[in-house]
Amino acid sequence: MTELAVEAEGLVKHFTTRKSVTRAVDGIDLAVPQGSVYGVLGPNGAGKTTAVRMLATLLRPDAGTARVLGHDVVEDADAVRSAVGLTGQYASVDEDLTGTENLVMIARLYGFSAAGARARSAELLDAFGLSDAGARPVKTYSGGMHRRIDLAASLVMSPSVLFLDEPTTGLDPRSRNQVWDIVRVLVDDGATVLLTTQYLEEADALADRIAVIDRGKVIAEGTAPELKSSVGEGALSLHVADPARRAEAAEIVERALGTPVVLDNDSTGLSARVPQEGADAVAGVLPALVDAGIAVPEMSLGQPSLDEVFLALTGQPVDDADASTEEVA
Amino acid sequence: MAEPSAATSGMTTPEATTLREAVALDERPTRPSAVSSTLTFAHRALLKIKHVPEQLFDVTVSPIIFTLMFVYLFGGAIAGSTEQYLQYLLPGILVQSVLFTTVYTGYTMNTDITKGVFDRFRSLPIWRPAPIVGALLGDTVRYTIASAVTLTLGLILGFRPTGGVVGVLLAVLLLLIFAFALSWVFTILGLVLRSPNAVMGVSMMVLMPLTFASNVFVDPETMPDFLQGFVNVNPVSHLVTASRELMGGSASFSSVAWVLVASVVMTAILAPVTMRLYRNRS
Repeated sequence: MTELAVEAEGLVKHFTTRKSVTRAVDGIDLAVPQGSVYGVLGPNGAGKTTAVRMLATLLRPDAGTARVLGHDVVEDADAVRSAVGLTGQYASVDEDLTGTENLVMIARLYGFSAAGARARSAELLDAFGLSDAGARPVKTYSGGMHRRIDLAASLVMSPSVLFLDEPTTGLDPRSRNQVWDIVRVLVDDGATVLLTTQYLEEADALADRIAVIDRGKVIAEGTAPELKSSVGEGALSLHVADPARRAEAAEIVERALGTPVVLDNDSTGLSARVPQEGADAVAGVLPALVDAGIAVPEMSLGQPSLDEVFLALTGQPVDDADASTEEVA
Repeated sequence: MAEPSAATSGMTTPEATTLREAVALDERPTRPSAVSSTLTFAHRALLKIKHVPEQLFDVTVSPIIFTLMFVYLFGGAIAGSTEQYLQYLLPGILVQSVLFTTVYTGYTMNTDITKGVFDRFRSLPIWRPAPIVGALLGDTVRYTIASAVTLTLGLILGFRPTGGVVGVLLAVLLLLIFAFALSWVFTILGLVLRSPNAVMGVSMMVLMPLTFASNVFVDPETMPDFLQGFVNVNPVSHLVTASRELMGGSASFSSVAWVLVASVVMTAILAPVTMRLYRNRS
């Protein structure tokens, strides 16, 4: 049996306002194996941040238990704090201070000597490509640099478990790739990373296992391919050479597969879901099109994207959540 | 879907190597003492003053405005002459200047919470009260600056404390102790209220009656009875009385003791409330 870095059973947290009680986290179970990347995927308000804050000892669970490297997050909070690093929108560095001052301060708080803290700070700034910016206040940093100094701050003590709460929200693609690379190097070196994200692409690219959460509950759990195949179907998509014959092609595909055809926004593309026991039917599509004399320059068969998985699981597209993130960044 | 970038495929690029070396920590230090952590946070408060010197604007300018305004605008009417009024007013305005500065404690704490800095501190394995106690210690620097500005201006205008240097320093020390104790009111507001501006607004509503309904500006004898009742139990009045006595070289044990006891009682009640709120913050 693999050792678990993080385990949670029946974790619950509700917030009481004057009018109502919100069950932000409503009974979450998690089992994160050591040395892996575990993705917690869900839209805004699904309870991801609340769950991470409980695991990082910042919030007391109302019910349920959680252990990090075997230490209970309530009973043995200090041991948990010594073992984990935390980065997120709600665990940042001081923007008034310079990068160096922030890292030196945190190193001092972990018990480094004054000289040791300065050396540690320089080493981390170098590793995160921030050496030139070390003397500048963090508020002058770009979004990507800010996220890197946040990450550096949580790695001062080389934690064996790292919680990353939406580490790439609001970052441009290049900075996002840098953060991904950092995560991969850390895990390659034996750390365990639990990251929350609302980007399906991110969970797909980084996580060994994914828990999909919605309204405070885990609604699906597994590897990315498992999640995709649990939806049961792949998708067939093709392009016709002559836009005028697309309607005809759509009819042929629909007849062969027995599932509704979706026309793409361009004038030549179309796609359809492949039914679970439809492998044979797929094979018949191309000959049928050839027989009808319709030229098909492009055709592909793929697993559903995680977007489709999420839609199938929650009945609600992820785009809603994506739109609202822009403001946060 | 995800295009693996250069650094990932082989993990041998220079960046990956330095990162790997940085993550492999050879020396793991032992946990620092409570005192050391607290001093680290006090140092942070000083660094913030260094980087954002504008925050000292209020501390330096408002004591000057208040002193000049009261002495020259009201001094003649209240005490007959501005010189005489200055002797009466200065210890009081010193107290007011420093106490007004205490609102920044709650303001900065709330800013830390909204910016997410506090959660970083709370996730560290340190002595739990260190961030708050450290910030309060750092704030005493602000109080000292406000005191120095007010006293210097007073001396220039003609304030002559008969208690001498020792009397003045003791008065400032007593004031710093009381300000530290009062700050816990604002740490509570900083933890409870939603935005830094709300903290500022509510804090001023606490401070205005505390400083104005006191003996800072005028002799309470001239006030109606109901107001005198409040003024006489207002701890600020006792602090001002003790400061006047210390600066005037005629300190009585009872007035100084009253302030010290009030400071201890306030800290004993408010500090645990603050820590409870701090631990259970959601």
